[in-house]
Amino acid sequence: MTKIIQIKDLKVHYPIRSGFFNRVTDHVLAVDGVDFTIEQGKTYGLVGESGSGKSTTGKAIIGLEKITSGQIIYQGKDVTKASSRKAIKYNKDVQMIFQDSMSSLNPKKRVLDIIAEPIRNFERLSDQEEKQKVKGLLDIVGMPEDALYKYPHEFSGGQRQRLGVARAVATNPKLIIADEPVSALDLSVQAQVLNFMKNIQQEYGLSYLFISHDLGVVKHMCDNIAVMYKGRFVEIGTRNDIYNDPRHIYTKRLLSAIPKIDVANREGHKAHRRIVEQEYREHYHKFYDETGRVYDLRTITETHQVALKKGDAE
Amino acid sequence: MEKGNEPLLEVSHLQTGFRIKDDYYNAVDDVSFSLEKNEILAIVGESGCGKSTLATTIMGLHDENKTKVAGEILYNGLNLTTFNETLYNKVRGNDIGMIFQDPLSALNPLMRIDEQIKESLSYHTNMNAQQKQERAIQLLTQVGIPNPERVARQYPHELSGGMRQRVIIAIAIACKPPILIADEPTTALDVTIQAQILDLLKDLQAETGSGIILITHDLGVVAEMADRVAVMYAGQFVEVATDAELFENPKHPYTRSLLQSIPQENSDSTALHVIEGVVPSLSKLPRQGCRFAPRIPWIPIDEHEENPSLHEIAPEHYVRCTCYQHFHFRDGKEEA
Repeated sequence: MTKIIQIKDLKVHYPIRSGFFNRVTDHVLAVDGVDFTIEQGKTYGLVGESGSGKSTTGKAIIGLEKITSGQIIYQGKDVTKASSRKAIKYNKDVQMIFQDSMSSLNPKKRVLDIIAEPIRNFERLSDQEEKQKVKGLLDIVGMPEDALYKYPHEFSGGQRQRLGVARAVATNPKLIIADEPVSALDLSVQAQVLNFMKNIQQEYGLSYLFISHDLGVVKHMCDNIAVMYKGRFVEIGTRNDIYNDPRHIYTKRLLSAIPKIDVANREGHKAHRRIVEQEYREHYHKFYDETGRVYDLRTITETHQVALKKGDAE
Repeated sequence: MEKGNEPLLEVSHLQTGFRIKDDYYNAVDDVSFSLEKNEILAIVGESGCGKSTLATTIMGLHDENKTKVAGEILYNGLNLTTFNETLYNKVRGNDIGMIFQDPLSALNPLMRIDEQIKESLSYHTNMNAQQKQERAIQLLTQVGIPNPERVARQYPHELSGGMRQRVIIAIAIACKPPILIADEPTTALDVTIQAQILDLLKDLQAETGSGIILITHDLGVVAEMADRVAVMYAGQFVEVATDAELFENPKHPYTRSLLQSIPQENSDSTALHVIEGVVPSLSKLPRQGCRFAPRIPWIPIDEHEENPSLHEIAPEHYVRCTCYQHFHFRDGKEEA
């Protein structure tokens, strides 16, 4: 498998300013030392609760957040600095799908201009060619041709999210960062968008970094999953590792909190959840150091890494 | 859990119509149900199907000039639809409490937490200032807020989402209403907080024996919480059944399609089930015939009823329209 992107010890810290001279007094450690690799054609999931730093990680990779320290290596080249990105078309190859489709599409632009914008940035096409290309893209996401001259407000939430997908694939990217692409959508519409994303992936061999708090969706979409807490990874592994053999207490707690459709065993789930919650409270200190920071990752199996204290790696 | 058999609330043939250009369109159409003591009735459906309109109609929150409410909401033998604003104010908070979806916009950003809790106490009870303060602290403790004395003096923006939702619940139960309406109480929250809030609602119910109407779009939450479930589509109940029956033996095409599109259940198959078409907008609702028919076009039109009504196909299991008898998925595949 070819590595498409490698993230090394990524840190994003926000300064907290206070006091009379508004000096920097402390930092918020939004992302605090994150390592991972995405392979071509695979989907990498990033889960965690709100405020855990998932979105910041995604934004830092695409260049919407300033990186404090660490490295991003794209196809063997260091692209941590924005100036090094242009030469290898990083900005063309890495695209993003945003969570809120209403605020990520310009309300004053027609669909044609919205989807053509990334194409105009990187390619020189005539008006005719451009229109052909946009039509093709709309076709991929299953939208009718007459959508070309409409405005974003004329579409439903699911359709707008599909426009977002079309815009993201317009430049034939290799990696798409999808930041909660379906969390604002209804169940049946969510199914539609997820199906499109999977189809496009199979057709073009795309990689996804799929950011979500919905563990069901992540399980459906992702090959590898990282669980994030307070800006650090608590556990990385394949889908099977995370869902069937969670080792970190935080992962266990997160998994036990998912409501399950299994009415007959309802009381059993509840009891299980309470036990895990109790365990979490009692053994909390074993899994985090004195400052509440997550430990460094230790390897359990070839694919599975867990943040445990030294010597605790069973 | 033991059920009291006396219905707390009886809704029959309720209609809520919104005025659009001198015509009324029914967002809630012919909804009937009863709520018993100690019961959780879940109402599920996608956005735009009328769940929240149903809740706000029961709470009497609609502007008379722009909406038309028909049918009956019977509470204690009184028909709430005939109440005027003054009478309704006595009901809201005291007899029916409501938990809103978005805890930040439901709280007043300029009022301290204890003031907001005491507001409904001053309206509905004769407590003096000290009693009200004690009750406010007691409520905050009851909903599991650590250090309630301090939180009472804080403002909403100082609290986390889960804490705010707890405060909303404290306000809703302040006057011990026998009926609680929870409109998507956990949609904005993380799963671990969601689990805590749902447990809290169950514990409160065990203490007070209130009846809860739980509105949600999350079938997982329904499976964990509800005693009975009503599936809503385009303003109507299309299927009503007990929790166990609905998930084991779903009948209506809409219910079956919804269950098929949950990712968690189909994690190994490549594609999720997609319901064709979209939820019809209010002004385009078919006024006759089965409202789900346009989304299952491969089922012949004569399999649908002309005026679909709810049929009791098993004890306490109601399904609208006869099309369920002939329904199959387009590709002929059976449910997993």
